[in-house]
Amino acid sequence: MTATTSDTTSGPSTGASGAAPTGRGTHGAWWAPYVFLAPYLVLFLVFVAAPAIYGLWISLHQWEFFGAPIFLGLENYARLFEAGSQRGAAFWMSMRATGIFVVLSVPLLLVLPLLVALVLNLRLRGRTFFRAVYFTPYVLGVAVVGLLWRFLGDPNIGAINFLLGRLGLSSNIPWTTALPWGWILLVVLTVWWTLGFNTVIYLAGLQEIPRDQYEAASVDGANAWNRFWHITLPGLRRVLVFVVTVTVLASANMFGQAFLVTQGAPGNRTRTAVMLIAEEGLGQFRLGSAAAMSYILALFLMATSLVMWWFFRRWEDDA
Amino acid sequence: MNHLRSTMPLLSRRGFIRVGLGAGAAAALSACGRGNGGAGEEAAEIDVSREYDGPAVTLAFWNGFTGADGPFLRDLVDQYNQEHDNVTVEMNTLQWEDFYSSVPPAVSRGEGPDIAVMHLDQLGTNAARGVILPLDNVTEALELEESDFDPAVWQAGIYQDRRYGVPLDIHPLGFYYNKRVMEQAGLDPESPPTDRDSLMDALDAMRSNDIQGHWVSPFMFTGGLTFQSLAYQFGGQLYNEDASEATFDAPENVEALEWYLSLIEEGHSPSDVGQDAEHVAFTNDNNAFIWNGIWMIQGYGEDPDLEWGVAEVPQIGSEPAVWGSSHNFVLMNKQGQDENKIRAASAFMNWISGHSLQWAEAGQIPARASVRESSEFEQLEFQPTFAQQLDYVRFAPPVPGVGDAQGELETAVGEAVLGQKSAEQALADGVARANELLESAQREA
Repeated sequence: MTATTSDTTSGPSTGASGAAPTGRGTHGAWWAPYVFLAPYLVLFLVFVAAPAIYGLWISLHQWEFFGAPIFLGLENYARLFEAGSQRGAAFWMSMRATGIFVVLSVPLLLVLPLLVALVLNLRLRGRTFFRAVYFTPYVLGVAVVGLLWRFLGDPNIGAINFLLGRLGLSSNIPWTTALPWGWILLVVLTVWWTLGFNTVIYLAGLQEIPRDQYEAASVDGANAWNRFWHITLPGLRRVLVFVVTVTVLASANMFGQAFLVTQGAPGNRTRTAVMLIAEEGLGQFRLGSAAAMSYILALFLMATSLVMWWFFRRWEDDA
Repeated sequence: MNHLRSTMPLLSRRGFIRVGLGAGAAAALSACGRGNGGAGEEAAEIDVSREYDGPAVTLAFWNGFTGADGPFLRDLVDQYNQEHDNVTVEMNTLQWEDFYSSVPPAVSRGEGPDIAVMHLDQLGTNAARGVILPLDNVTEALELEESDFDPAVWQAGIYQDRRYGVPLDIHPLGFYYNKRVMEQAGLDPESPPTDRDSLMDALDAMRSNDIQGHWVSPFMFTGGLTFQSLAYQFGGQLYNEDASEATFDAPENVEALEWYLSLIEEGHSPSDVGQDAEHVAFTNDNNAFIWNGIWMIQGYGEDPDLEWGVAEVPQIGSEPAVWGSSHNFVLMNKQGQDENKIRAASAFMNWISGHSLQWAEAGQIPARASVRESSEFEQLEFQPTFAQQLDYVRFAPPVPGVGDAQGELETAVGEAVLGQKSAEQALADGVARANELLESAQREA
């Protein structure tokens, strides 16, 4: 990630001091920056902004591909908050499921990859091999991962229960059909599957931290913990912002794992919001209602992102 | 050659244009598709016949046969293409789920297939949405009649007095038994249980040999479909007369579900059976009986280590009944439809239907009685056994929203099987959810 260039890395050449190599750019035509921005801006407008606004429009209608859309105003939203509405109840249950998954998975997906990255950053023999080992599951498709873990975790015929039984432990844990086991399996498989991605980002961040800071700290007598707390962690600050944001959003959008491994069981208790939205929009063609659900989910995610942003800014100020 | 007056108003381009004025193309499609709109009075004249002799056309044919049956259909299509110079059928196979989510939007844009295969329980929804065309004139011209089909499956393709599907096959649930496991329990592998008493005797014999003989799945395959068969056997109905409301929690249905759950309580099934675990256990000789779809003939047939047989589903309740569905040919209500494609697609449909013996070899029961009664069909190893169930096979009612309501029924069965709720509570909760879906689907129709 190029976004990880930390201010602590500012070597002799990148400061604002002196004859800035960027100075010439300011003499170009006023539209030059826009031309450079244009490709991204076009993609953003066409594939992000326009669909987002169109989606908002759809959420105000009864909209099913067929037939003229019927304008409903905020009824699709109101229905989700209406007491006694089955769809509303289902939606909030799925939001709750999503929240549970985020709370369970995100801390693990932040801490474990960091530990792995710290180890892989040491000059170990064969560290390239281990880097590959940790990253390999990430390249698998969700269908492969889902099917694999569905059978590993099967309550009656799965390998996990078989091995537990061999160890003399309980061998009939319902990993895919009851709670909290379902959540545990989904979190473990997600961590196993995606750990490599965050590890790679952390590794890139770690390598941006100048070695001389560690050397100086060692000379001053700082122990390993002090070095981690005062050099590594602050040095990773910007990487962390990225990792936290991406991980929270990815966990909040969890869909494939639950869809394949638990099918939402027991009942609909592991059916995540995205799973329900897909069902509503693409299964039952209630696009208006599905769009309204997506916007409520999006509002929650925006609020979460704002809190994280505020938190990291405070951290930056304190540092 | 039949040149009948068409009763297919939806194909009239004039109709499209007239209704479409000022309302946009999508609105026109919908107004037509919903059958009882103004365009319904316009009778287009499309001459459909058994052979298509018009200009060369290419037909997009979509279906969801991704399993072992897919290649059989592809061979049939290849044969058709070779025998017909002026028609090229391009077959596109998707997962059923992707199929049902991509066909309606594609058709609404005037794209997607010209002809497709859909399940019976999807016909009502897709007819109401205007995705598919009424086929009364087609079946009339092709001289396809109820007498040559099973009456139940023929009637099930009718929504609001109009036919929307031409049945290709019938696929009921069937009874599969593992001969090796039966032998382990000292049972005669050649005489599988047929009713409640003989089933319970067999299960008890297996239990005393530490075998759990009939695994209860919380998922649609196979628990949901087994429960539906049981509900009908106990005299229950899942929907009221016009299928405007779900009646999952009728006393007969509750009784049926409680009987099913008793298999767990009495130790004939483990609890918390995972997805497909009952099927894996069956192939690994850990489970003796499974009520599964006729499509498993292919799956189990490919397993050289399995010793298995099929029988009619045992009768547990007071009447014989079994869940079933059917693959139906449908024609698409595409905007600006080329009438020649309708003609060619109808002829193709008729040809495949006539060759459905080859389709039966893929593990299905042909919908056409004439094919079913042929000696070639009788000589198939397993299919004729399941075909004996046709007298009492039950289909979902052909109304919009039923597919979604069935999903809520599966959820309810799952909740009860996993011990989350009592049978009665789970089914009652399912009714509330299903009714909301049925009501909005039928209001929107």
